[in-house]
Amino acid sequence: MIPAAFDYHRPADLAGAVRLLAEHGDEALVVAGGHSLIPMMKLRMAQPGHLVDLRAIESLRGVRVEGGTVTIGAMTTQAEVIASGPLVDACPILREAALQIADPQIRNLGTVGGNAANGDPGNDLPAVMLALDARYTLEGAGGRREVAAREYYEGAFATAREDGEILTAIRFEAPPAGHGCAYEKQKRKVGDYATAAAAVILARSGGTCTHASIALTNLADRPLLAAEAGAALAGTAAGEAEIAAACAAAQAIAEPVSDGRGSAAFRTRLTGVIVRRAIERALATAA
Amino acid sequence: MSEQAAATTEERIEKLQGLGCARKRVEDARFTQGKGNYVDDIKLPGMVFGDFVRSPYGHARIEGIDKDAALAVPGVLAVLTAEDLKPLNLHYMPTLAGDVQAVLADEKVLFQGQEVAFVIAEDRYAAADGVELVEVEYEALPALTDANRSMDEDAPVLREDIADKTEGAHGARRHPNHIFTWEAGDRAAAEQALASAEVVAEELVVYQRVHPCPLETCGCVASMDKVNGKLTIWGTFQAPHAVRTVASLITNIPEHNIRIVSPDIGGGFGNKVGVYPGYICAAVASIVLGRPVKWIEDRMENLSATAFARDYHMSGKIAATRDGRITGLRCHVLADHGAFDACADPSKFPAGFFNICTGSYDIPSAHVEVDGVYTNKAPGGVAYRCSFRVTEASYFIERMVDVLARKLDMDPAELRRRNLIAKDRFPYTSALGWEYDSGDYHAALDKALAAVDYPALRAGQKAGREAFERGETRTLTGIGVAFFTEIVGAGPVKNCDILGLGMFDSCEIRIHPTGSAIARLGTISQGQGHATTFAQILASEIGIPADRITVEEGDTDTAPYGLGTYGSRSTPVAGAATAMAGRKIRAKAQMIAAYLLEVHEDDLEWDADRFQVKGNPERVKTMAEIAFAAYNQAIPGIEPGLEAVSYYDPPNMTYPFGAYVCVVDVDVDTGVTDVRRFYALDDCGTRINPMIIEGQVHGGLTEALAIAMGQEIAYDETGNVYGGSLLDFFLPTAVETPTWETDFTTTPSPHHPIGAKGVGESPNVGGVSAFSNAVNDAFAHLGLTHAQMPHDHWRVWETAERLGLHG
Ligand SMILES: Cc1cc2nc3c(=O)[nH]c(=O)nc-3n(C[C@H](O)[C@H](O)[C@H](O)COP(=O)(O)OP(=O)(O)OC[C@H]3O[C@@H](n4cnc5c(N)ncnc54)[C@H](O)[C@@H]3O)c2cc1C
Repeated sequence: MIPAAFDYHRPADLAGAVRLLAEHGDEALVVAGGHSLIPMMKLRMAQPGHLVDLRAIESLRGVRVEGGTVTIGAMTTQAEVIASGPLVDACPILREAALQIADPQIRNLGTVGGNAANGDPGNDLPAVMLALDARYTLEGAGGRREVAAREYYEGAFATAREDGEILTAIRFEAPPAGHGCAYEKQKRKVGDYATAAAAVILARSGGTCTHASIALTNLADRPLLAAEAGAALAGTAAGEAEIAAACAAAQAIAEPVSDGRGSAAFRTRLTGVIVRRAIERALATAA
Repeated sequence: MSEQAAATTEERIEKLQGLGCARKRVEDARFTQGKGNYVDDIKLPGMVFGDFVRSPYGHARIEGIDKDAALAVPGVLAVLTAEDLKPLNLHYMPTLAGDVQAVLADEKVLFQGQEVAFVIAEDRYAAADGVELVEVEYEALPALTDANRSMDEDAPVLREDIADKTEGAHGARRHPNHIFTWEAGDRAAAEQALASAEVVAEELVVYQRVHPCPLETCGCVASMDKVNGKLTIWGTFQAPHAVRTVASLITNIPEHNIRIVSPDIGGGFGNKVGVYPGYICAAVASIVLGRPVKWIEDRMENLSATAFARDYHMSGKIAATRDGRITGLRCHVLADHGAFDACADPSKFPAGFFNICTGSYDIPSAHVEVDGVYTNKAPGGVAYRCSFRVTEASYFIERMVDVLARKLDMDPAELRRRNLIAKDRFPYTSALGWEYDSGDYHAALDKALAAVDYPALRAGQKAGREAFERGETRTLTGIGVAFFTEIVGAGPVKNCDILGLGMFDSCEIRIHPTGSAIARLGTISQGQGHATTFAQILASEIGIPADRITVEEGDTDTAPYGLGTYGSRSTPVAGAATAMAGRKIRAKAQMIAAYLLEVHEDDLEWDADRFQVKGNPERVKTMAEIAFAAYNQAIPGIEPGLEAVSYYDPPNMTYPFGAYVCVVDVDVDTGVTDVRRFYALDDCGTRINPMIIEGQVHGGLTEALAIAMGQEIAYDETGNVYGGSLLDFFLPTAVETPTWETDFTTTPSPHHPIGAKGVGESPNVGGVSAFSNAVNDAFAHLGLTHAQMPHDHWRVWETAERLGLHG
């Protein structure tokens, strides 16, 4: 549980960080809260020669809600998200999901950007970002670009982010006022990644579910957007038959592994149960 | 007359903070301020660090070890392998169970995580870098991880070092992977009872492999003083004197030249009883290098390489009359001991006190047989917060009684009531040979059932089941009733020893001239609060306030010889020694008081903290006055000073007992369980400190919850260990821990000087059965008789799936 040797850098601004990454190539990794990376380093599963700490870069911090657009700086901690009034008002699912990450000590250091950028299928925020259709801003020596969260995750720890790119911010349109949402997560204990988890965001108008997006955590080698499941609800009254169809559609795309949380068969079947509970809770919270 | 003397006896007793006082723990001031002194806090000049290269394989031959790259790392001082230890004859060490264990793997590795080489370096970082660079070439061999297959004809032979030994430490070996067979009871009578029974219930009850997982892992600092030849080892030792003797025997260093110190210990739970390769390697490295060597395990090493617990596969048959009188019991145990037999049991008991498995019931005939076998798993088999194999025994009988209740279609509490040993039968000799000292089981069960309003709980459960049937809920409620009897306080020297060391214990007391005292014991607290409670025992015995008594343990240069702390033996054995030593002090004090008061000793009577002349309460000598006189007056015929030592050989074990009730709500769709209520009634005899008892019960119940609901060290067929980190190994936090309701009855032990029986382990012993019985009970009406632990979400869901509850 002792990491290999590395050099530590703490650039004061983004340009400095980008420069260091360009200089050291795939020898370098950025560190944000360190709560995914440092354990991997202690297990020597990650052995970066250079660690570029983003902590001193003020421009990467903070939450802005302007009009309907929410922007979260990558270095905003999970605890700050939970405590951010305007963000929670505009998009309560983020708070709900963040509260189910690890424990308060970890959330005090763990960042939104680290959680989203990491590419660990166990992380909770990526599914929320898929459901929100968020966009990730990446900056590297080659400049700035935006990637849709829905295009970002390619496999376990494999993402659309190039070496040398830093996730600087996450941006999304807040769901309409009166929307319903839920992040339902089953885990074995505090600090555990999900046995199965689902993010549901939906809106209702009159008796009709006008919009629904559903995404899944830790049920495949990457977070999954359950597009068909959402489609099964959208434009319907979201009655029992439609809910059942949505759950079946979500369950059909789940490809969990067997691990200490249970067999793949159990986790697959649990997917339907968790999605149903998330939908029912989201419907109950919708105006 | 002094002001103090004016106080009533009751007031003075209260001031002593002796037996029965909920005195605050004196240890907590330093722990809560982060000022404890654990092994890893020890820093010595010139100290270096050791770290292990461990086997990635469950079973493999070592083809070669190349140290060069590791030795080239700046700061790496040496790399030890079995080849280096062989000339010292230290590549194997004796285990507590009469086997030997490789200190560093000798030609073969036998479990994943086994110690292969020891890298010593100037700091931890260099040591870890060195570990990474030791190149070991392995040839993988087929792994044996299913104990059921250990004695198959074609099973791979694991222990080539002893393959041709047909006699083990506990009798004949039938197979190279067989360790021992041990039995107790009357086989013919038990068979007869089963053959002629009206009803027989059968079950395979598996108690999965778990791990004690103390918060502080194991470690030591070994320091050889080359000037005076003295080896000092500070370590996480639950039995420091035994470690000293063993160290002397295997190193040939004279015992007076070895000093073992257990500083503060962050939990042991049996994990820190045994001797580990790290201790030997650190000592050897210190001798070789002439510098202090520290070795501290990390969490994954602790979970996957140091002593596990349980792994008992128990096949039972229980016979009864149709109206629920149990008439006989049989049990066969397949005991998975891993790669080396490193169980920590008294020598004559290779299966510990498993023959307490008739439990709290009057069962006329019984027989048990235990087969211990080797597998490619870590060695151990320690008593994880219980006396030797007592939790296994208790779990077995408590599940069997429930299984029988299903078969008889009888309420499990009622079946227990019909079979509990009646109060007037104590001392009670069980069919498997133990003499239970005292008990009032029916009173305990009745109190427990009344406290939880058992009939109302059952009525609520019935209503819930009906609602479930109607499709109104997806939750089923289970009610677990468990009764347990422990056997603790090992033990009488006539039949209890570890490596030939009798299991007595000791206390030495010195009273200081100004009326305060120090007591030293052969035990060692790991969180039990000995410094608090042993001072209370003494306060009541010698009339010196507990606050003026220092209790010291753990340094073999100063403490009297004792066998340490595990198996709830400290209060039954060292606590008794403390009381007896206190009585010696009081006897001498009485002689001094008689001299000072110019009366005959027989004319004095003891009054809380003083002797008074009978019939003349004005004429007194307080203990403080007597202490001073002992040091400043020449008293004819009496030596100066006021000291005593007692070595206590207990006449019998003690038998704490209790009745627990657990109510659990089970979500059949997710497998999530929610403990709605947990009531624990404990009878530990005389209660020394009710607050400490409550704390011990809370801790033990939390561990029981962990075991029943999630803990498991599992292996796949190639020998990979799962559950070796806290990601998977279930260590509950406050969030997962329900509210505990505690209660008690008091039935003193008739043979213990103060009637105390021990309590630290009871809640683990009784708790596991209560949780498991509750989960099983939730599905009982649907035909479930027994589901194996751990009752984690997945397994509970699978049970529901098997019962067709998912449509
Ligand atoms: C005991 C424990 C339990 C946990 N439980 C959960 C849980 O239940 N759910 C959950 O979601 N998470 C959990 N986590 C992970 C935690 O939320 C992490 O904090 C988070 O996943 C990573 O955020 P971080 O800021 O700590 O990133 P770091 O660990 O610093 O970095 C993680 C990875 O992302 C990269 N990275 C970080 N920031 C950026 C950036 N801005 N741009 C580009 N790359 C970047 C790093 O190079 C690294 O590869 C747990 C962690 C622990 C230790």
